[in-house]
Order: sequence, then structure tokens, then C-alpha cells
Amino acid sequence: MIEALGIVKRFGDFTALDGVSVDVPTGSLIALLGPSGSGKSTLLRVIAGLERPDAGEVRLDGADVTRVPPQSRGVGFVFQHYAAFKHMTVGENVAFGLKIRRRPRAEVRQRVSELLELVQLSQLAERYPAQLSGGQRQRMGLARALAVDPKVLLLDEPFGALDARVRKELRLWLRRLHDETHTTTVIVTHDQEEAMEVADRVVVMNAGRVEQTAAPRELYDNPANEFVMSFVGPVNRLGDAFIRPHDVELLLEPNGATREAMVERLVHLGFEVRVELVRDDGTQLSAQITREQAEALELDPGQIVYLRPMRQKTFGS
Amino acid sequence: MIGKYALRFVALGYLAVLLVAPVSYVFWRTFEHGFGPAWDAVTAPDALHALKVTLILTAIAVPANTIFGVLCALAIVRYRFPGSGIVNAVVDLPLALSPVVVGLALLLLYGREGWLGGHRVVFALPGMVLATIFVSLPFVVREVVPVLREIGTEQEQAAATLGASAFQTFRRVTWPAIRWATAYGVVLTTARALGEFGAVSVVSGRITGETQSLTLYVQDRYQSFDEVGAYASAVVLALIAVATLILMTRLKPKEETR
Repeated sequence: MIEALGIVKRFGDFTALDGVSVDVPTGSLIALLGPSGSGKSTLLRVIAGLERPDAGEVRLDGADVTRVPPQSRGVGFVFQHYAAFKHMTVGENVAFGLKIRRRPRAEVRQRVSELLELVQLSQLAERYPAQLSGGQRQRMGLARALAVDPKVLLLDEPFGALDARVRKELRLWLRRLHDETHTTTVIVTHDQEEAMEVADRVVVMNAGRVEQTAAPRELYDNPANEFVMSFVGPVNRLGDAFIRPHDVELLLEPNGATREAMVERLVHLGFEVRVELVRDDGTQLSAQITREQAEALELDPGQIVYLRPMRQKTFGS
Repeated sequence: MIGKYALRFVALGYLAVLLVAPVSYVFWRTFEHGFGPAWDAVTAPDALHALKVTLILTAIAVPANTIFGVLCALAIVRYRFPGSGIVNAVVDLPLALSPVVVGLALLLLYGREGWLGGHRVVFALPGMVLATIFVSLPFVVREVVPVLREIGTEQEQAAATLGASAFQTFRRVTWPAIRWATAYGVVLTTARALGEFGAVSVVSGRITGETQSLTLYVQDRYQSFDEVGAYASAVVLALIAVATLILMTRLKPKEETR
């Protein structure tokens, strides 16, 4: 169980965290999601003890650790740029925490081989980090963090430096790993898809504050405010209302409740088609419809269509 | 093709004319009359004493500047403290300042009329040690600082989250990353300490058989028209320097194969 209570952190004039409170129940996987500069990484580093908060309290399993140095917190930390020990082999990297704890040699060897197995790097134990791909390096970083049986696992944009395909693979792999180990985990990301895909709950942060904490589906269906709505997925704005592109229905005839728009461009995404539209006042919208619907409508750029919002949200200001 | 050869010719020619020729000439003049006179010259009591003085100066200045240099580099790069920029600039002072000025400054400070006078510093070994440390101070710092900047703090933070204390982190993570830079700095420091003339000359008082380092001895012999003595001692200095460089290059490739 991780509890961050009213955390404030300033860097000079800049307030990175402005009274943030977050709870992470034991065994769950939470994502801190937000744009860069929202304070999500700073919060993670405060939990790890790598930054000391100006105010507020961090508790791990009920114990106040705010003044405890990172060495004694029992956290595993995974860095965006791997932070691999370059002069050590993969095996030595993973063994580092165990050697620091002066575990018997046989136990270290045993544990390292288990972990390398877990992260599928057994064949590469004798290699140096420079000889690994980014994805392999990050798996090594995870094994290294897990080696000391951390109470909590903290991942700071762990897949941010990897290409899209490897990212997706590792994301699924991380979720499976979590389902096996049940280590309490916090992952920081700016990628809403990543957050939605791996996390049990998502904490959306903006400008040093928490905007909303909710399960992925809840977040998508019931965003608390405009920021969350537009951050967790694409969104159109029609007057005061916000509409997801797939909640827009396109018709060829007006029916009173519809708005007129012109088709500007069709983007084929495989199963779906994104229709980019422009209204006569110049506002741009997009609608996401299936290929069959698009074919039935026989859409062409320049054509006038009528759109009907099937579901929309307004936020009181 | 021609351009490539021209480039080589110019670069190697420059080295040959300015570096290799003068040094070779010293070697040639030393052994002009055979090995015997040269050997006699370097084993003369004053020559041996001068060699001993030089080795003592180097043996104190190099470890001192190595330890201080690494600590200073860590302080400059890892800790933002008020005035760290000034410290960073002051470290370069010995490179910019003429050694003679350094010698005079030490004389003023520790001489008979100086603030800290009367401790047998000037015209004695302690003053020469101080002068040698002063002039050879920047090399380790200057080699280590860019490497520390480049490796960043993430590896050290990772070590901390894995339970390593500050000392364990230094020994297992930071030191392996900077040890080659430190070694190179040590070689440069050694070369500078061996070869220092100006500052040591001013503070030593140049007492033959007492405060005469090997460089001072070379000049003393030369001015006494003892050319073989001068050249032979110069060769000893050059050989120590070459040995240091060879040691360095023998150690280095292990690192680069990784």
C-alpha cells in the first residue's frame, strides 16, 4: 500500500506538485498519466525517495517514510533511459541489489537465473548492456529492480524510449508479469493508451494536481472535466459539448437535430475510417465510423453531410 | 589520394620536426661518447639526489591531486552549491598562471616576510611540494568532470534504490565509470610534476644536493658546461615520462574493447 498525502514539491519558482494525494492499494497496478510537466515523474520520485517533498507525507504499508532515504524504502525503480550499469554484465546488473545485501553467493546465482528466466534474458546473461536492444535493456532494468523483492515497483516512463511495436509488446508483458507477481506497481506514462491498457486505475495529472482517479473505462466514459476528456482520447467540440469521434453519426439528410458539415478528408485506418469534417464557421471535427458505414454513405471529399451526436458531454464551468 | 598523403605528411612532419627531432637529438648527444660517461653522469651523487627529490615531489603531488581531483570533480558536477562556478574556474588557474608567478606567490606567503613565514617551507622540500601540487592540480579534475557529466546521475540513483550506500555507489558504480579518465589525469599530473621547472625553481633556493630537483639539476649542469651531465639527466626525465605513457596505453585498450 502506497499513500501519498498532500505532496508539495517546488523547484525554484516552479511548483511541480501542488498538494497531490494518491493511494495505491497493495497488489494493484496504477498509472500516473499526464502531459510532460504535469508532475507525474516527480511524484514517482518522491515515492521512491529520490526527491524530498517540501510538504506532505509518503507512507509505505502504513509507515511514514517521508524522511527515509531511498536505500531503506524497499522500492524497485525502473528508469526511462534504463540506467544500466554499463561496466557490468546483464547478470551482474541483476545481482547488484543482492550483492549489496551480502546474500550468499549460491542464493544470488539462483535468484539471478530465475529473474533472467522471467524476463527472457537467460541467453544474454554474459552480455554488456551496450550489446542489448532497448527492449532487452529495459527488461534487464525490471529484473534488476525485482531482484530485491521490492514492496513496490515504480516505473518512470519505462517504454518511452522504445519504438511503437516493442512498446506494445512490453506493455502486455508487463501486465502479465504483474498478474503473476502481484507486486504493487506504479507506472508513469504520457501515453493514454498505455495507461488504459496496463493499469487497474489511472490517475490523471495536470499542472501538479490530480484531475481524476478512476478505472480506465470509467475515465473514458465519465471524465471529470474537460482536461481529462480531451487527454484520454480524441474529442470534438460542438459549442459547449464534447463528443468522441465514434459517437458522431453521419447522415445524408438533415433531421432537425443535426449540424451541417463538409467532408474534408477520409483517413482509412483499416477496419475504421476517420472522416475529417469542417463546419461553415471553420471549426474542425472528426468522426470515426466503420468501413461499411463509410461505403454505404459513399462519402467523398467536398460532400455535405449532417452529423448527429449520439453521446455528448458538457462540463459546467 | 594525394590529399590523404599530404595530410599525413604535414601532420607527421610537424610532429617529427617539433617533437621527435629535439628529443632524439638529446638522446644522441647523451650517448655520443658511449654508455659509460652517460651512466657516470646520472649516477653522480648530486644527480641521484636530484632524481630522489623529483620522485618525492611526484610521489606526494600525484596522489594528493588524484584524491583531491576526484573529490573536486564530484563536488563540481554532483552538488550545486553557492560558488561552484567559481570553484570550477579557479581549478583552471594553474593552467593559465605562469609557474614563475606561482613560485613568487608561495615565496610571498611563506617567505621570511610572508604571512605564514618562518616554518621552513620556502627554500626547502615543503615549498617545492606545494609548488608542484599547485601546478599539477587541474589535470585529474579536468579529465573526470566531463565523464561525470556524461554518465549523469541515473546510474547512481538506480544504485541508491537498490540499497547501495553513498560509498558503495561510488565504489561500484561511479568509480568504474571514471577510473580511466582518472588514470589519464594521473598520467598528465605525473608528467607535469616530473617536468615542473619554473615554480619549483623560485621556491627551492636551488641548493645543490638538497633542494635541487632533476629539472633544476639539468639546467645547473648545462650552465656549468657539463653537457653530458645535462643531457643524461634529461634522458632520465624523458624515460620516466615515456614509461608513464606506455603504462597508460598498455592499460587503456582493455576498456575500449567493451
